Amino acid sequence: MEAYKKHQSIAALMRRSNVDTDQIIPKQFLKKVERSGFGKHLFHDWRFNEDGSDNSEFELNNPKFKGAKILVVGDNFGCGSSREHAPWAIEDYGFNTIISTSYADIFYNNCFKNSILPIVATKKQLVSLMDEVAANEGVSFTVDLENQELITPAGNGFKFDVDAFRKDNLIKGLDDIGLTLEQTDYIDQYEEKHKQSFPWLWT
Amino acid sequence: MKKTMYEKIWDSHFVVEATGQAPLLYVDRHLMHEVTSPQAFEGLRIANRKVRNPHSILATMDHCVPTKNRDLPIADPIAKKQIETMADNCQENGLNLYDMKNPNNGVIHIVVPEHGFVHPGMIVVCGDSHTATHGAFGALAFGIGTSEVEHVMATQTLPQKKSKNLLIQIDGELSKYATAKDIALAITGKIGTAGGTGFVIEYAGEAITKLSMEGRMTLCNMAIEAGARAGLVAPDQKTFDYLEGREFAPKGDNWNKALTYWKSLPSDEGAKFDAIITLDAADIEPQVTWGTSPEQVTGITNIIPAPEDFDDEIKRQACKDALKYMGLTAHTKITDIPVDLVFIGSCTNGRIEDFRIAADIAKGTKVADNVTAIAVPGSYHVKKQAEEEGLDKIFLDAGWEWRDPGCSMCLAMNGDELTVGQRSASTSNRNFEGRQGKGGRTHLVSPAMAAAAATAGHFVDIRNL
Ligand code: SF4
Repeated sequence: MEAYKKHQSIAALMRRSNVDTDQIIPKQFLKKVERSGFGKHLFHDWRFNEDGSDNSEFELNNPKFKGAKILVVGDNFGCGSSREHAPWAIEDYGFNTIISTSYADIFYNNCFKNSILPIVATKKQLVSLMDEVAANEGVSFTVDLENQELITPAGNGFKFDVDAFRKDNLIKGLDDIGLTLEQTDYIDQYEEKHKQSFPWLWT
Repeated sequence: MKKTMYEKIWDSHFVVEATGQAPLLYVDRHLMHEVTSPQAFEGLRIANRKVRNPHSILATMDHCVPTKNRDLPIADPIAKKQIETMADNCQENGLNLYDMKNPNNGVIHIVVPEHGFVHPGMIVVCGDSHTATHGAFGALAFGIGTSEVEHVMATQTLPQKKSKNLLIQIDGELSKYATAKDIALAITGKIGTAGGTGFVIEYAGEAITKLSMEGRMTLCNMAIEAGARAGLVAPDQKTFDYLEGREFAPKGDNWNKALTYWKSLPSDEGAKFDAIITLDAADIEPQVTWGTSPEQVTGITNIIPAPEDFDDEIKRQACKDALKYMGLTAHTKITDIPVDLVFIGSCTNGRIEDFRIAADIAKGTKVADNVTAIAVPGSYHVKKQAEEEGLDKIFLDAGWEWRDPGCSMCLAMNGDELTVGQRSASTSNRNFEGRQGKGGRTHLVSPAMAAAAATAGHFVDIRNL
C-alpha cells in the first residue's frame, strides 16, 4: 500500500449528503474481476450524459477542481453497499482524502485499506470548509496526517481525530494482512482453545 | 460484570491486541459471492498465501445470475467471466460452492440459514453489507470490504474496533399485515440512515420475540439501512427449533453442548447499553418509501412530505432532489402513487413466508393492466417449497412471472431492471437512485403491500382489503 504523506492539494466540493456507493461506482462496473481501472467510472451516472459526454453540471467536472486530491462532501458519505470498488474508484480517480461529518462504517474501513484518509469534521467545520471552497474554487488545503491537522488559507482548518493504529498504518503504508500474520502464534493458540470450546464447529 | 450479547460474542472471539494495533477477532464463518471476492483471491495468489480454513467458507452465485433461461449460456460476457472466476477460485481453494446449477443455489443470505451454517454466538462475515441478516440467530454478522475478505481468508481473523451497543426495544403487538419489513423501515425512518452508525443494534421486546425466524432475518437484514454495523436478536426456542436437523447444525452429543452454550448468550438482565430506543409495535403502519434513501419513508395512510416540512437544511435539499428524481409532487397521498412493476424477492423478503403472505393477497386477483409483476424466490429451496404449496400457481394465475432464484431486481446487475422513469413497488432494501436500473424509481414495501399494489396498480392500505 502507498504511504500517505503530508500534502497540499486542490479541494473539490460536492454539496450532497447520503452519497451511496451505488452512486460512487454504479453496479454495471462491478462485474470486473480486476482491482484497477475504476476511476474512469467514478460517479458515472452523475458525471456523464446519455451520449457519454461530460455532464457540465456535475461538481467534479468543474475545471477548477481538476487534479483535486481532497473531496469535501456532505454527511453519511459512502452508505449502502459494501463494495470496495467505491474506494478503488475514488483512489484511482486521484483522491486520497475525504472530508465529511460522517461515513458509513464499511466504507470508512475500506478507505484505510486503500491509502485514503477519511477525515471526520463537525457540522460547523464542514460548513465553513464548504463555504471556503465555494467562495474560492480551486483553493488548496494542506493535510498533515502526522500532526492530525488540516490547514486552509482562510483559516478554517482544524485538528482531527483518527485511530492511532490506522494513522500509523497509513503513514507507513503497511499491509494489514502482513501485520496480522505476525500474530500467527496467537491465532493458532486461540484456534486450539476454540476446538475445545466449540467442538461442533470442527466436525 | 453484566454483559450484553454483543460483549459476550466479542469476548469469546478475542485473539490478541498487539501494541499499536486494533484487537484481532476470530471469524467462524465466511460467506462469499461472485462480486466482492475475485480481487481477494487475486490478492492471495499474488502474495502466495493460502486460505487458512476452507471449511469456514460457504459460497454461492447470486448477483449476476439470470433468473430465467438458466440453461442457456450467460449472455453478458463480463458477468460470465465473473461467474467462471468464482467457480475456478472455489475449486482451486477447495471451497464449498453452490453454483448456478446446484439445487442449493440462491441468494447468499437466504441459502446460508437454510443449511444451518450460522449458529448463535458466531462471528460471521461476508463481502456484503446485508450480512447483518444472520444476526437473527444471535450471531455477530457484518459486512466487510474485499481487502478484508482477503484478510479473513489468509488469517481467519479481522482487526476490529469495538462498536457501541444500541438497544431497540419494541413492545406491543403489530397490527395485521404490519410485518418485520415495516418495523425495519419504520426504524430507519425514525433514526435515519446514519442513526445507527458506530453501533451494533440489539432488537428486543415482545414484538421481536413474536417474529418468526424469517421475520427476524428481514429485520436484521436492514440494520445496515439504519447505518448499524450489525443487528442482533437473542436466540430462543424458535432459533433452536429452526436449526435442529439442518445440514451444518450440531448433531448428537454436540447438539446438547451447543444448546447449553447458546442459552448463555442473551444479554444479562441489567447489562448496560450505550443508547436505548423504544417503539410501540401498535403504532407501526405498513410503510412505503417515497424518496431515494430508506429514511425517506412514511406510513400508507400518509402523504408525501414537502421540503419545507424539514427543519434541517440538508434534509430539505435531499427531499427536493428525491421528489425530482422520483417524479413526485409533495403532499400527494401515498395511495395515489401508481406503480409499473412489482418485485417480490431479495435477501430481505425472498423467503417462504414472504411468498405465502403475498400469494394470500394475490390469490384470485389479476395483475393490473400495464403492471408487470415478478416473483423471484430467494433460493431453489424456497422455490421448491412454494411450488409444493401451490403458490407458483396462484402467482401465475394472477398474471405474475415466477422466476429462478437470484438477487435479480434488488440491484439489477443480471439484466432484470427498471427502464428510465419506471416505478416499482419492491420488497428489496435500497431505493437509491438507479439501484434498480438507471432512472428507475423504487418504492420499498413489504411483500403483502407489493402484492396488493400489483393488483390495484397503485399503493393500497392492505388492512382495508
Ligand atoms: S438480494 Fe440484494 S441486498 Fe441481498 S445480497 Fe443480493 S443484491 Fe445484496
